[in-house]
Amino acid sequence: MTTTAARPRDSLAIVLPPVVFGVIFVALWQAWVEIENVQPYVIPKPTAIVQSLVDNPSLVTNACIVTGANAFVGLILGSILGFVGSVLTNRFRLVADLVNPLAVTVAAVPAVVIVGVLNNMYALDSQIGRRLMVSIAVFFIVFVQVTKGLRHNNPTQIELMQSYAATPRQVLAKVRVPNTMPFLFTAIRTAAPIAVIIALVSEYFGGTQDGLGTKVSGSLNGSNKALGFAYVVGGSIVGLLFFAGSSLLEYLVVPWQRRRRTG
Amino acid sequence: MDSAVPNPAVQNPAVVVSGVRKVFNRGAANQVDALIDIDLTVQRGEFVSLIGPSGCGKSTLLRLIADLIEPTDGTLVVNGKPAHQARLDQDYGMAFQQSGLFDWRTVERNIELPLELKGWDKGRRRARSAEMLALVKLSEFATHMPWQLSGGMQQRVAIARALAAHPELLLMDEPFGALDEMTREHMQAELLRICSETGTTVVFVTHSIPEAVYLADRVVVMSPRPGRITAMVDVGLGRDRSELTREATEFFDRVTEVREALRGTHVGDSLTGVDDR
Repeated sequence: MTTTAARPRDSLAIVLPPVVFGVIFVALWQAWVEIENVQPYVIPKPTAIVQSLVDNPSLVTNACIVTGANAFVGLILGSILGFVGSVLTNRFRLVADLVNPLAVTVAAVPAVVIVGVLNNMYALDSQIGRRLMVSIAVFFIVFVQVTKGLRHNNPTQIELMQSYAATPRQVLAKVRVPNTMPFLFTAIRTAAPIAVIIALVSEYFGGTQDGLGTKVSGSLNGSNKALGFAYVVGGSIVGLLFFAGSSLLEYLVVPWQRRRRTG
Repeated sequence: MDSAVPNPAVQNPAVVVSGVRKVFNRGAANQVDALIDIDLTVQRGEFVSLIGPSGCGKSTLLRLIADLIEPTDGTLVVNGKPAHQARLDQDYGMAFQQSGLFDWRTVERNIELPLELKGWDKGRRRARSAEMLALVKLSEFATHMPWQLSGGMQQRVAIARALAAHPELLLMDEPFGALDEMTREHMQAELLRICSETGTTVVFVTHSIPEAVYLADRVVVMSPRPGRITAMVDVGLGRDRSELTREATEFFDRVTEVREALRGTHVGDSLTGVDDR
């Protein structure tokens, strides 16, 4: 091994180990179920899960789309409200100092409690309660991060603006708010997979029977464990797509952030 | 210069600091006498270096001139008016050790920021940023992002931005402090060229003795606890300085003179001394 390893080799070295690990994990799972003769209503074989996916592509896809839409609407709404809320309250330092601890506290309340209330507020066939639940979770993540960003200022830039006799409003618009962009997009990247999980959990706690949350619980409680796991795989794919999408967004919108992280 | 109509103020010195004192945390247990008895006059077109050890208040003095902080006692007149009014009128440009460039703006839009705040329209701003980029020899990087440039190039952009509104006064706080030695010497030569092309007055804070001597017409030596001016050294190397200047005997003589003044071992003789009160 020389020190002048080519770049493709590096990326292969990063990708290969987790892939190999994943394949071994699935193989061991399959072997264990086969050898120990584990009953399918306890744990299905990976091959049965794949078979179930192949047999019911539209069932899984439709449920994924419902849950994905809930997570997406909640993510967008929560991000906008979190960002606007943070910028507005930080215009008045006292308000922000009052809201910020509250935001951290409320963020720690289990979604289960709030979703019960929200589901009761809207019709049984409505997705609004779930989307609001996602929005609430995302709101707090974004609010806390953007507030951090508004306070994380480069002293040189602030002195510079002062030397230009800039008004507080100009400093906010031209320095403080743009400075929050890395924080905002890091928050969205963090919140995206969480949005999917919250959407799924919210569906689990009642309402219409079309999302991944209800499908998973329905199938797992029934005897079709393989289909239940197929829905779980669908949920993982939605979560990964959200993570990849928000990472790409961050990469495109705040390129200097990536530059700084990689040196 | 866009609005260089001669006015009576032209006869005034660029900066007049009289009897300035600055106390931080006044009355508190951690009270600091940052500066006492500061008197300093900077003539138009003059290049003055402020030098001294950490804590001597040289950056504080620069910030007082810039009206970023207010003096405890004394007066500061910049461009013939109170420092506060000079700041409101953007009579000076400023550059810091950190370039302070905005990551989300292209190089040209960084340079245009002070003009934007002055309410200039886009066409006029773009013409001026092009002129400034030519001055700092970065024309081909107009649409680059700051983080795509080297440290030295970023400082050149910061200088272009400081000079964008064509101020007559440039205030610089260790602008080359974070650069490597080679880049630093190159930037010093560039700064001298830019100043001779624009006729800008400069107050330059540094803790490097050769840098202070190479750049300045006059070196102001300061000492800490409490911060005060202890000596003034007239450099007298003329305006035409090159890389050869750094190897000249007179250059080393001035460096020695400043060094001794900083040590406080040598007072009188060739020193101008503290006779300006």
